[in-house]
Amino acid sequence: MAEPRLRSPLGRAIGLGSAKEGVEHWWAQRVSAVALIVLGLWFVASLIALAGADRDAVVAWLRHPLAAILTVLTLIAVFYHSALGLQVVIEDYVNSEWLKLSTMVAMRLISVALAVAGIFAVLRIAVGG
Amino acid sequence: MVEFTLPANSKVGAGKIFKAPAGAKRVRAFKIYRWDPDAKANPRLDTYEVDLDACGPMVLDALIKIKNEIDTTLTFRRSCREGICGSCAMNIDGTNTLACLKGIDEVKGEVRIYPLPHMPVIKDLVPDLTHVYAQYRSIKPWLDAESAPPPDRERAQSVAERERLDGLWECILCFCCTTSCPSYWWNGDRYLGPAILLQAYRWLADSRDEKTGERLDALEDPFRLYRCHTIMNCTRTCPKGLNPAKAIAEIKKMLVARR
Repeated sequence: MAEPRLRSPLGRAIGLGSAKEGVEHWWAQRVSAVALIVLGLWFVASLIALAGADRDAVVAWLRHPLAAILTVLTLIAVFYHSALGLQVVIEDYVNSEWLKLSTMVAMRLISVALAVAGIFAVLRIAVGG
Repeated sequence: MVEFTLPANSKVGAGKIFKAPAGAKRVRAFKIYRWDPDAKANPRLDTYEVDLDACGPMVLDALIKIKNEIDTTLTFRRSCREGICGSCAMNIDGTNTLACLKGIDEVKGEVRIYPLPHMPVIKDLVPDLTHVYAQYRSIKPWLDAESAPPPDRERAQSVAERERLDGLWECILCFCCTTSCPSYWWNGDRYLGPAILLQAYRWLADSRDEKTGERLDALEDPFRLYRCHTIMNCTRTCPKGLNPAKAIAEIKKMLVARR
């Protein structure tokens, strides 16, 4: 049932006021996108070069410091950029406040967990025994 | 919230058919959205056959002819009939535009006319614009300066400073752009939408205004401004040929520039 709308139209338009944030998110999304152009091209080119190689060759490639560092950076950029993008999707399409909050928190935690898992995997190969 | 289907009480049914008079040679069918708040019934699509030989060239001419000669209950807003008042904004042939600037010959086949999308309907083609007007008021659309104006003349602007307002001052607030924007459909309660953001930029771009910082503070918000994802429907639909998407991009650039 719709609640009676006695608040003035201007009061409703102003709502809780400006959050005074958003430019950081917008800028970070663009910077991480630029980083992903470079890292993504490098990563895809590396995978193509490794196509058909056996396990030892791939492990040897990942043990190289440059490949390990760039792969970790790629993982960070991928999960950072996707978390920023998914935040926009949730804000766009989920209207109920509690559902928005819970999906946002779950999305952030899953993004961090996936990034940490990926980085751990790379480090284990690169510096592990 | 995203809604991909209409609520049950908004589903549009078949309506009445008003045949063209006998002997009419150039007949065009106008299918028009009808909803009467007093009828307690779903909206319907009425068909009016109009003799184009006895009608002006624009869609608004046909609407006025229908109201005068065929069905006086048809309700729509109109005033200047020359694209300067913004009253007759509606969805014609799938695109938001002004009925007075849209030629009937620009539409192939039957002319389908709906109210501006995703707004509450008051009656027929009349949408409730209370919230967009309140949003317009909320951005303080007036010159705000601490410095007193010169006592003997108006505040001076160079030719170049004045030119920065071109493409902004021409907006007639018809809200074709705002109601074409999916971001506004989903989050119109908080997102200001292209028309209001273009107006906000009109004051940010004004060399005489001194509240630029406060204006940017009020706009920097994930919902008020950053719901714009450059979908570009606003620019494509603007009947005045303006570019609200560019104005919004300029606001985003100003917010980065002041960091």
